[in-house]
Amino acid sequence: MATLLEQVEPDAGQPDAGLQPEIVGRNPWALAARRLRRNRIALAALILFLLIVVISFLAPVYAHDVAHISNPLGPNLNGTTVVGGKVVPVMQQGTGGLHLGETPIGPTWDLHHYFLGADDLGRDVASLLLYGGRSSLQIGISSAIICCGVATLLALIAGFFGGIVDAIISRIMDIIWAFPVYLLAICIATELLTHSNGIPIGPLKVSADNLWVPTFIIAFAYVSYVYRPIRGQVLSVVRKEFVEAAIAQGASNLRLMFSEILPNVVSTVIVLLPLMIATNILTESALSFLSVGVQPPNVSWGVIIGDGEDLLYTRPWVSLAPGIMIVLTVLALNVFGDGIRDALDPRAKLRVDG
Amino acid sequence: MLTFIVRRTLWTVLIMFVITVVVFIIFFKTPGVDPARAIAGRNSSPQILAEIRAQFGLNRPLPIQYLLMMKSLFINRNLVSYSNQGVLVVPEVGAAAPATLSLVFGAAIIWVIVAIAMGMAAALLRGTVLDPLLMIIALIGFSTPPFWAGTVANLISQGGLHNTPLFSWVPPLGYTSFTTSPSLWFRGLLIPWLTLSFLYIGFYARVLRANLIEIQNEDFVRTARAKGLRERRVLIRHTLRNSLVTFVSLFGLDFGALVGGGAILTEVVFGIHGVGFLTYQALTSLDLPTIMATVVFGAFFIVLANAVVDVGYAWLDPRVRPN
Repeated sequence: MATLLEQVEPDAGQPDAGLQPEIVGRNPWALAARRLRRNRIALAALILFLLIVVISFLAPVYAHDVAHISNPLGPNLNGTTVVGGKVVPVMQQGTGGLHLGETPIGPTWDLHHYFLGADDLGRDVASLLLYGGRSSLQIGISSAIICCGVATLLALIAGFFGGIVDAIISRIMDIIWAFPVYLLAICIATELLTHSNGIPIGPLKVSADNLWVPTFIIAFAYVSYVYRPIRGQVLSVVRKEFVEAAIAQGASNLRLMFSEILPNVVSTVIVLLPLMIATNILTESALSFLSVGVQPPNVSWGVIIGDGEDLLYTRPWVSLAPGIMIVLTVLALNVFGDGIRDALDPRAKLRVDG
Repeated sequence: MLTFIVRRTLWTVLIMFVITVVVFIIFFKTPGVDPARAIAGRNSSPQILAEIRAQFGLNRPLPIQYLLMMKSLFINRNLVSYSNQGVLVVPEVGAAAPATLSLVFGAAIIWVIVAIAMGMAAALLRGTVLDPLLMIIALIGFSTPPFWAGTVANLISQGGLHNTPLFSWVPPLGYTSFTTSPSLWFRGLLIPWLTLSFLYIGFYARVLRANLIEIQNEDFVRTARAKGLRERRVLIRHTLRNSLVTFVSLFGLDFGALVGGGAILTEVVFGIHGVGFLTYQALTSLDLPTIMATVVFGAFFIVLANAVVDVGYAWLDPRVRPN
């Protein structure tokens, strides 16, 4: 790979300081890392995202130790909690003569007792928020990794071998992409969920509320989206001279694909990864909102928003809080993704500053 | 050029065929759904069930069933819904289409105008504080889940603030057709339009701004300036026109996707009974004929939009045409 030469300030202590500046070559990855380090907004976004991830994965710690709830995902219709020193029931009787209907309590803004109030099953919304974050992030991140990984592999094979292999794979990808993305995901999810005894995959039976089901559905829906730009990149790299040189050296196909082409394609994938995590989190929340994503008893941010629909005008925080979390997470990912793209852009040095 | 169009048309037909096959395979044999029983209703005798099976060809081999369904969908147009007894599917989709089209067209007009304005403003105002400010708003726009934005909009407009002059003009959730009452049609669609376009404005403003900035550095812009053209002329006649190519092709794809079923979330949140809403209902009741019809409707629009965009792109940019 080519290296870019850079001027480095000479060491003041050297005997011949000031006579000859030292020229140090740095490879593009180090340069990109340096550009990224200087981009404070992108770093702030990354820290925000990591913060959200850490807090979400500490959900059990919050639920058990801070809020003292033994079963955060289970219904708690008859429970009580302490508000301002007084013991109140979680589900409050409706006001009005007949005491019909129950309303869950609203936010108490007390971290130890139903910080954001309760949902219609009496569960602590704050705990649900963290558990939901764990599910949403797990699904978003793993489906993005699977999606990008599979798409890269297919793009490498298609771009490298070309000809009929390329034609077949690309056509299949086009057909998958022609299917409206959300509809495809919703159709598959709906069908899989009708198998109430578990989804038969070969000899295994995967239970319908396993988080890997939405993960693979979403990964499948977006594979063709990621495949296209990577394949374009592979095609342009395959023509370069160093590949020809490697072939002349007698490199095997495998080595060509993974040692010569892949490293040059990887920057495209790195830029796509945070954006795909963001997209997948949004898609997962949409599917869960429509009840075809994460299934009970698991929760995700989309599920909480969906559950909060009925309580929207009385207890708006049930729907507001997960939405705010989604916006913050996706925003952070997008800003960080922008930062990575700017850092890896080979034309960054030539670009007019702005 | 002609061969290009013909090839695209054939490809479109092939894709439609594959999509219908895939949908059929996904849903034909879902456990718990017996179409004959659904059509016949409860407490029907085995004879009636057998008759219905014969009539609808439900005891024939799968490929025949598929062909029968395609025939009744496209040729006879008398495809009957599995879950709503006796309801003809094709007219149902036809009746739901105006709602979806109103929603998507209105939102599209808003998002194109605002996105172009925002993108141009951000590119022109580069270096001032307004550029990052506009881009942050754009970024928030496409980081927001559209169904949540709709939920929040509902909360604000239908909830506590409904009785204030600010929002008292908002009708209850639902869609009234233009012919019934233009005023209600407009008032009922305004907030869904704004919600739906919020997402796309964010995306398109950023795309346009990036394109504009990229093209500002191109040689032909430098030539135009060197010729002595006024900056505004340079901007509009040279820079904008080229930036719009990407904008237009992305717009075509997104518009097609929205009509094709991407609006499902907005329709569900706002209670607009369009094609997306119909699809959602059909999916929850596993009503295969309706699902088939709505997916065909959606896929058709998407593939049509893709083809139009590809042809248009080839027409606009001669470098892209296959030789």
